[in-house]
Amino acid sequence: MNRKTFIYTSLIFAGGLTIGGYYLTRPEPNSNPLSASTDKDEDEVAITPYILIDSSGVTIIAPRAEMGQGIQGTLAVLVAEELDIAISDINVIHGPPSEVYANNILYPSKSTIRRMVNRIKNRVGIETVHANSHPQLTGAQSSTIDGFVKMRKAGAAARAVLIQAAAKKFDVNPELLSTENGNVVLPNDNTIPYTSLIDDAQDIQPPIDPPLKPRAKWKQLGRSQPRVDMVSKCTGTAEFGIDIRLPDMLFATVKLNPHIGAGVKHFDDSKAKAIPGYIKAISRNDGIIVIATNTWYAMQAAKKIEVEWEDAPYPATSAAHRMALLQAIDENKGTQRRNIGDVDTALANTDVIEGTYHVPYLAHATMEPQNAVACLSDGQLDIWAGSQQPGKAQYVGAEIAGVSRESVNVHVTYMGGGFGRRLESDFISMAVHAAVEMEGTPVKVTWSRESDMTHDAYRPIATGRFRGSVVKGKLDALYLDVCSPSLVSSSARRIYGTVNEVSEFLDTASTMGTIKQPYQITNYRVIAHTSQRLLPVGWYRGVGETQNIFFLDSAIDELSYAAGVDPLKMRLSLLDHEPSRSVLESVAVMSNWNSPLPEGHARGVAFALSSGASTAQVIEVSRKNDWIHIERVFAAIDVGIALDPMNIEAQIRSSVLFGLCGAMHGEITVKNGKVEQTNFNDYQILRMNQVPTIDVKIHESGSKLFGVGESGTPTGPPALGNAIFALTGNRIRKLPFSKSINFV
Amino acid sequence: MNEQSDLSVIKEIKLKINGLNYSVEIDENMPLLWVLRDELGLVGTKYGCGVGLCGSCSILIDGKSMRSCLLSVGSVKGEITTIEGLGTPDSPHQIQEAWIEHQVAQCGYCQPGQMISAYNLLKKNQSPDDQEIDAAMNGNLCRCGTYSRIRDAIKSLPADTIFRGSMQNNGDD
Repeated sequence: MNRKTFIYTSLIFAGGLTIGGYYLTRPEPNSNPLSASTDKDEDEVAITPYILIDSSGVTIIAPRAEMGQGIQGTLAVLVAEELDIAISDINVIHGPPSEVYANNILYPSKSTIRRMVNRIKNRVGIETVHANSHPQLTGAQSSTIDGFVKMRKAGAAARAVLIQAAAKKFDVNPELLSTENGNVVLPNDNTIPYTSLIDDAQDIQPPIDPPLKPRAKWKQLGRSQPRVDMVSKCTGTAEFGIDIRLPDMLFATVKLNPHIGAGVKHFDDSKAKAIPGYIKAISRNDGIIVIATNTWYAMQAAKKIEVEWEDAPYPATSAAHRMALLQAIDENKGTQRRNIGDVDTALANTDVIEGTYHVPYLAHATMEPQNAVACLSDGQLDIWAGSQQPGKAQYVGAEIAGVSRESVNVHVTYMGGGFGRRLESDFISMAVHAAVEMEGTPVKVTWSRESDMTHDAYRPIATGRFRGSVVKGKLDALYLDVCSPSLVSSSARRIYGTVNEVSEFLDTASTMGTIKQPYQITNYRVIAHTSQRLLPVGWYRGVGETQNIFFLDSAIDELSYAAGVDPLKMRLSLLDHEPSRSVLESVAVMSNWNSPLPEGHARGVAFALSSGASTAQVIEVSRKNDWIHIERVFAAIDVGIALDPMNIEAQIRSSVLFGLCGAMHGEITVKNGKVEQTNFNDYQILRMNQVPTIDVKIHESGSKLFGVGESGTPTGPPALGNAIFALTGNRIRKLPFSKSINFV
Repeated sequence: MNEQSDLSVIKEIKLKINGLNYSVEIDENMPLLWVLRDELGLVGTKYGCGVGLCGSCSILIDGKSMRSCLLSVGSVKGEITTIEGLGTPDSPHQIQEAWIEHQVAQCGYCQPGQMISAYNLLKKNQSPDDQEIDAAMNGNLCRCGTYSRIRDAIKSLPADTIFRGSMQNNGDD
């Protein structure tokens, strides 16, 4: 059994920890999940929860979901840099779920959790809330920020322990020792591999707060590194959840109620019995699990099963959903989230420019459809899944299987895309139900593309209405109403079952991107409105910024034209935040903003502080007859400190295209209570010939670090809309753009 | 998307894949994709859409790329090469080396299909221009948007890239 398999299969959950600062000290027995293993090899040592050394080598635990963003390599390099070992000489694994691996950036503060508990404890119980707010979470481009100090400290602490071990073993003053390439270097220049110091390292206490290398001494950080998953992903050997194979495994699929979230009244599988390999169908959650000896047999059988479904718990058509948003704004019961100056007076005394913007639901549409494998055997539940929240998977599995959380092993695989979709646990729940039904036999449940597309937790449908004014060429007032169904309520409903609407103040997602912009606008107000329950909505790459920055930046563009001011100059005139000015100045230079374009070409600009990072894009478009072509995209993003430039460039391009793809073509619509789009024919993903060249400039403003996975997503849609306006004079306020124009 | 016939015909079907001979007893209507993945454990070939829209399931038959989700196993004539047969981590094909060199993959799920399509292109045309690359690769979706690096990797391949016949003896076995 290789190392990876050993760790995945033998580690057990370590609970009840307090977090914060923990990683600096040697864990108590049973609190370090690497030490807690009951059958841990005797010849290995877990110096911190992030590093495991045995005689065969060094393994770094990078406990964040690898969905394509390259996080495992970046986290491993943070450790490896301080440990003085090359990234190419270590093994990197995800490791087991544990509260030790909390995301301290995203995990709600204790007071927030207390408020949540107070609000919903009567319905679900405090234990449920605690169990579900598991802090090991990958999302919101927070992993690098979260790991930046603690992963390096872990490496530095382990290095200090290994130096002490060598000093003890060779009876030399530790101050005379150094480290290099996975070795401790003795005063006589002899090198001692870390792997030979395990015995001597066993009882040495790691330092509480080891010093870190200054940036000038970095050898690996700050330089592009080969990704740790690249060779396996280029040879078809990387293992995704859908690829898991176990002895005697059965294959299953789901047939889900097209009215998302509603249940099953009755089903009849008599016609499915004609399908070879069909074993059985069971009704669970909002659908049927169809079990067979082959996924295709299961899919064929699913088509033959006749089901009477419960009705949709939301309005039946997209038009009604859109109307619900407009009604909520008109009812004017929203919450004021930002108020500067005196917007009412400013707008009362001048010509008001106004516009109403609308964006549709969007699907995550990961290339790997949702799936999971589960096996319940002798009271032990194993789950193999690509999960952005493995602790939640553990909880869900324990609840369904009726076992303790300690009896649930979650094996986190590579993810064929996540984008927030794999924060959900619907696909895990269905696999565990199947495993309980077929106790003793592993079952892989693979969703069809059609099930995946029609049963997402979508990017919310949203409406933004602005009213603004300009005085003497300057933006004087801006009043923004934003409205969407509550993402937090929808998410809570999926986690806790039936809950009342979660109070609005928790739903910061609905105003993301509108509150903390660095613009100096004299009179500015944002009101957030929440619609009734509509389709299930969830966490989508860029979250609330994907709609709100489209609303806000487009409004600023409209006001620039109304003022007769160059749109890029208008944005600069409102900014004194230097990193933000700097990215705008970069895209101006990159795109030759001030130089005239040929006939039939035009440019648009957009700016946003996105999750704290200054981001700007210029998009150049052209027109041939009735067709619009995106000529080129120029993106400048301030990442604070660039740890891996080549990976950052890939993430910026990826997030830019993700935003443009949704804005150009993406739309999930509802008819008769059902999602209409089912596959890539009616939910388009950009193809190679539709993708423009994207020039990227990475800014490094200094000491603070920003994530990059979502940073290019929000500014693409407004930059494109603004460019289309500059070209055609047509201000398209409703996405996707392809409903109004044709792209070539 | 087509309604499957109610007639299931279980047959013994012989396949030659990556230089090895296999025999499976299976419904001859089953798409090759699910035979590869579920029956034979060749999981490098991916399920993405099931209807030939995304290219994740691309494989080679006698060196020509096909969508294994649309190809019933009973209709397969010729020798099959999957991503596992193109090269291995220890001995990657030049296309795979180029992919690694250009750090193409992000989530990586679509990449086996991308490399199979690139093989199909480069075997016929060893110095394709942008339009030829677009035409050859448009059937392969990538949600991470790795297209620019795919293009760079394809263009980086020298004209003497080795295409081993119909790949029939490409396995190390």
